[in-house]
Amino acid sequence: MPIQQANWSPYDNNGGTCVAIAGADYCVIAADTRMSTGYNILTRDYSKIIQLADKSVMASSGFQADVRALQKVLEARHLVYQHQHNKQMSCPAMAQLLSNTLYYKRFFPYYSFNVLGGLDSEGKGCVFTYDAVGSYERVGYSSQGSGSTLIMPFLDNQLKSPSPLLLPAKDAVTPLSESEAADLVKTCFASATERDIYTGDKLEILVLNAEGIRREYMELRKD
Amino acid sequence: MSKAAIEGPPKGGFSFDLCRRNEMLLQKGLNAPSFLKTGTTIVGLVFQDGVILGADTRATEGPIVADKNCEKIHYIAPNIYCCGAGTAADTEAVTDMVSSQLTLHRHHTGRESRVVTALTLLKSHLFSYQGYVSAALVLGGVDFTGPHLHTIYPHGSTDTLPFATMGSGSLAAMAVFESKYREGLTRDEGVQLVAEAISSGIFNDLGSGSNVDICVLTKGHKEYLRNHLQPNPRTYISEKGYSFSKKTEVLLTKITPLRDSIHIIEGGDEMEE
Repeated sequence: MPIQQANWSPYDNNGGTCVAIAGADYCVIAADTRMSTGYNILTRDYSKIIQLADKSVMASSGFQADVRALQKVLEARHLVYQHQHNKQMSCPAMAQLLSNTLYYKRFFPYYSFNVLGGLDSEGKGCVFTYDAVGSYERVGYSSQGSGSTLIMPFLDNQLKSPSPLLLPAKDAVTPLSESEAADLVKTCFASATERDIYTGDKLEILVLNAEGIRREYMELRKD
Repeated sequence: MSKAAIEGPPKGGFSFDLCRRNEMLLQKGLNAPSFLKTGTTIVGLVFQDGVILGADTRATEGPIVADKNCEKIHYIAPNIYCCGAGTAADTEAVTDMVSSQLTLHRHHTGRESRVVTALTLLKSHLFSYQGYVSAALVLGGVDFTGPHLHTIYPHGSTDTLPFATMGSGSLAAMAVFESKYREGLTRDEGVQLVAEAISSGIFNDLGSGSNVDICVLTKGHKEYLRNHLQPNPRTYISEKGYSFSKKTEVLLTKITPLRDSIHIIEGGDEMEE
C-alpha cells in the first residue's frame, strides 16, 4: 500500500494585515477588522489588537484561534509578573516574553504573525516585529499579514532610517508627528485594501503616548 | 527522439510533449506560475422582453487584485453577449474566436446569428480541450426564435435556464435569485435584481469586487451599461499627498568624440567585385 499523506491541516489562515510605527514619544498600532477563510468572510468586525500591559499593545494576523490562545498565555503571564514584581511589564520585557512564548512551541508553532508596539522605559516609541517562531527585532516600523508585501515597500520609501551600519547609531524612530503617522497608516490601509482581497471592512488604529491610549476607526472597502 | 518517421505539421489542440519535464520540475520543487483567474460573479436572467447579463469587475492573481475594473461581459454578436469566469486568457480567447466565426457565418448565410449557434461552437471547442480551457460562461442573447440564456461549463456541458450564476460568487448571487426571481419581470425590475445579485457576490465573495457591469439585450436592441453601479470608492485619500524622490544621481559624464576612432587608409586595394 503506497504511503498515505495527511490531508487534514490543524491550521487555517484568517487573513488580515497589521502595521505599527514608532515615533519620538508615541506609537501607532493598526490592523484591519476583517476575518476570512478561503473566499468567504467570517466577520467584518473582529479586533486583532490587544493591550497586554500599560505601555504594550500587540497586533497579530494569521490563524486567529492560535492568536487568541497566544494572547491568553501572555495575559496570564503578565498577571503573574505583576503579582511577583508589583509593577507592570515594560515593552522590551514583554517583547522578550513574546519571543520566548513563541519559541516554546517551535515544533508545533502558533500560526501568528505579530507586531508589538508601545513605549520603552524612556517614553520613546518602540516597535518589535516577529516571525511565527519568535525571531524578533526592534525596528522603527513594521507590517505583518496578507497586505504586508504591499505596505512594507511604501513604508520603506517614506520612513526608511539610515543604514544601521553607520556610526554613531541613529535612532530608528520616525521624526513624523502623531497625526502625520496616523495619516500615513490610513493611506497604507486604503491602498492595501484596493489590491489585497483579505484586507478591508474597517481599520482600527491605536495611538499610545504619555497621556494614555486613543482608539480610532476608519471605514475601508467592503468588497 | 520520436520513433515516427516524419512528423507532419501540428494538427491543433494541445501538445503534451513537455508534460513529463514539467512533472519532474514540480517534483524538484519548482513553483509553477499561477494563472490570472477572474474570481468572479457572473449572472444572467430572462425577463419580459429579453435577457439581462451582469458581472463584477475584479480580476485576481491568487490573493492580489490584478485588475480593479476589467470587462467580463464579452461581445459575441450584435444580439449575443457572453459573461466569462475562470482563466481570463481562456474566456477572452474563446469568446473572440467564436465571435469571429459567427461574423463569417453571418456573411455566409445573410442572417442574424442565433444563440444556439454560439452555444454549439463554444461547447464543442471546450469539450475537445477536455476541460483544460478553463472557461465557465453565461451566454445570453435574443434572436429570431426568442430570448435565450445558457450556462457553459469548462468541460463542455451546457444548461438552458431562466436565471443562472457562475464563478466563485455564484452561491451568493444565486441566493438572491432564488429568493426574488419571478417570470415576467420588467426591464427595470430585472436590472435591479441583477445588480442586487452581483452586489451580493461583490460584498460576500472575496474573489469578486469593485463595480457592477450590466448588459440588457432585447429584440433588435442592446444596452451595455459599463460600471452601472460603483459601490466601492477609495475610502481615504490623504490631503497632503506623498512624494517619491527621483533617487537618480549622475555619477559621471563622459563624452567620446567619434572622429578619433576613424582612420583613413590612403591608397588601399580597390574593392573586388
